[in-house]
Amino acid sequence: MIKIKAKDVDVFYGKKQALFNISLDIEENQVTALIGPSGCGKSTFLRCLNRMNDVIDICSVKGEILINDFNINDKSCDVVRLREKIGMVFQKPNPFPKTLYENVSYGPTIHGMAQSKQEMDEIVETSLKKAALWEEVKDRLHEPGTGLSGGQQQRLCIARAISVRPEVILMDEPCSALDPIATAQIEELIDELKKEHTIIIVTHSMAQAARVSQNTGFFHLGQLIEHGSTDKIFKNPDTKKTQDYITGRFG
Amino acid sequence: MNLILFTFIVLLGFTSYYFGRKKAYTIQSTKKRLTALPQFYGYYLAIWCAIPAFIIFSLWAIFEPTIVKLLILSDYSNQGYLDDELNLLYEKSKALSRGQFTGEITPFIEASAEKYLSLRSIAQSSKVVIVLSAIIASVVYAYKRISSNSRTREPVEKFLNAVLFTASLAAILTTVGIVFSLIFQTIDFFKVIPLFDFVFGTHWYPAKAFVRDSSEALDPTMYSDTFGAVPIFAGTFFIAFIAMCVAIPIGLMSGIYLAEYASTKVRQYAKPLIEILAGIPTVVYGFFAALTVGPFLKELGTSMGLEVSAESALAAGGVMGIMIIPFISSLSDDVITSVPQSLRDGSYAIGATKSETIKRVIFPAALPGIVGSILLGVSRAIGETMIVVMASGLAANLTLNPLESTSTITAQIVVILIGDQAFGDPKTQAAFALGMSLFLVTLCLNIVALRVVKKYREKYE
Repeated sequence: MIKIKAKDVDVFYGKKQALFNISLDIEENQVTALIGPSGCGKSTFLRCLNRMNDVIDICSVKGEILINDFNINDKSCDVVRLREKIGMVFQKPNPFPKTLYENVSYGPTIHGMAQSKQEMDEIVETSLKKAALWEEVKDRLHEPGTGLSGGQQQRLCIARAISVRPEVILMDEPCSALDPIATAQIEELIDELKKEHTIIIVTHSMAQAARVSQNTGFFHLGQLIEHGSTDKIFKNPDTKKTQDYITGRFG
Repeated sequence: MNLILFTFIVLLGFTSYYFGRKKAYTIQSTKKRLTALPQFYGYYLAIWCAIPAFIIFSLWAIFEPTIVKLLILSDYSNQGYLDDELNLLYEKSKALSRGQFTGEITPFIEASAEKYLSLRSIAQSSKVVIVLSAIIASVVYAYKRISSNSRTREPVEKFLNAVLFTASLAAILTTVGIVFSLIFQTIDFFKVIPLFDFVFGTHWYPAKAFVRDSSEALDPTMYSDTFGAVPIFAGTFFIAFIAMCVAIPIGLMSGIYLAEYASTKVRQYAKPLIEILAGIPTVVYGFFAALTVGPFLKELGTSMGLEVSAESALAAGGVMGIMIIPFISSLSDDVITSVPQSLRDGSYAIGATKSETIKRVIFPAALPGIVGSILLGVSRAIGETMIVVMASGLAANLTLNPLESTSTITAQIVVILIGDQAFGDPKTQAAFALGMSLFLVTLCLNIVALRVVKKYREKYE
């Protein structure tokens, strides 16, 4: 089933065009990987999906992005509700300078999702459990989140993102600042999360894309060169460019 | 003469730099590897030229007058003069030698004056000779050392280290000196006025101390009820409080606006404009408060049936608050801007609005810096003088009514030290006691500020 449908998306930074005519369908409850060399626009595309480009003054987005058949670039779209449904995890772990508990309860608090302290405790616990962090931190929920290791911080950020039960999770190179062990843990987690969430992950590591994703899109110079099932992209790509990138001949 | 010698030494320094570097190039041309870059050879030689000259100059400046005086006074040594009379004789002959003496000229003094002149010229020429020979000796020594290609980089670095150390030492010693001068005068003050009366007395009326005839002996009992500092401490904190009531909300809000809401263009113009406020001399604020705000408040109050003094704490405090706004807004703007963008992204990405993000994420993260800027503002408010002197009157009323006039520590120091003062008089020493208390208050504030900042930093990093 199609969860997100992008139609002819163009993105401009001032006068410079960063994305050209991107049309891409994202399958529900699957992991879609976006790969491509640096500066090819894959992160820009990811940020279109929860309108994070609004934060950048000079950035403008054209085209339609349908999520559950609703165009999020439409004026009637409520960005706060949208971002409640579309969570995001960033390249560098960015826990708030607050306690672990406050980090996870942040989203539910601003969206008014818990009526009582008890409910909030439950949300925090389930989110941390889903993020595979609960066992490690359950005794120090009231210590600062910035005191964790890099991998733990990133899982905390994932817990923060899933605390509001988003339908989609966007991940912008979530493992690029982590060591191999922490990376493996996150990848395992992604596999688990796709049961309940649709996941789109931007990655520089082709091995990672092959390991975690079911679908892959290959971006180059602001254009979507090819997309399809990960198997096909990695084993039998349609275009020479994709073939070259996959085999490491450029990029 | 000294100036010519000094210029000459500076020129020598440049020349030795040039020769040192040239020597290095010569060594290099013989295919030897240098121990440092050529300019280090130059600096090394220049330092060896400057240091002996500097040492001899300073020693000369310290000892020359003493030695000359001893030599002159040795003529009178067994004629039974008292020390004071000898000093007077010396000063007289010095004045005569400069042609500034107007009194009766005795042969004795004339002889001394001539001797003084000849001693001075001997001293002067021997100084030139000694300084120059010392420079030549040390430069020759240093030149030999660099000719043998020995190390130059380390001594030059050590010298720079020493220069920088001296500079910071000078700053610290000045502070220590100021504190000590305050302490001794303050102790003298409290010998006459009991500490208890000063700290808990509620009447401040230093003009009363003027009435005393200086030939009379000091009678502490007549100063009871004169130097009670409670009204001026209260006034100081009261005016500072009014100022912070104006400055904190406006400064903080404009800081947040500049950092988070203003577009790049608005920020580009608004920030320098606000900072202009910080550049206005306080005396200008002072007459703004005294001539514009004060009368305006009085009229406004009268129209509402309130009794407002033309010189009110409200006028002084309000204008002082305006003066402090740029400190708080500019500093908190800097602190807020330096909160990493990734935290904002994290908050927006989960659906927080701008105001929620500011309130829950950015403000707590920036709090140590904001508290620091506020405490800096409080220090400014407590130390501010001119606005209070001009706009809030000089009478130390003990009042908590912002519409009446009141006075502050700094304003009272001004009142006490304007015009003629007698040293050793309790009235003058009262200024030192006030200065000391002001110093202690701001010191405590700074310590508190550091503590607060440190505490939050531990929590957030």
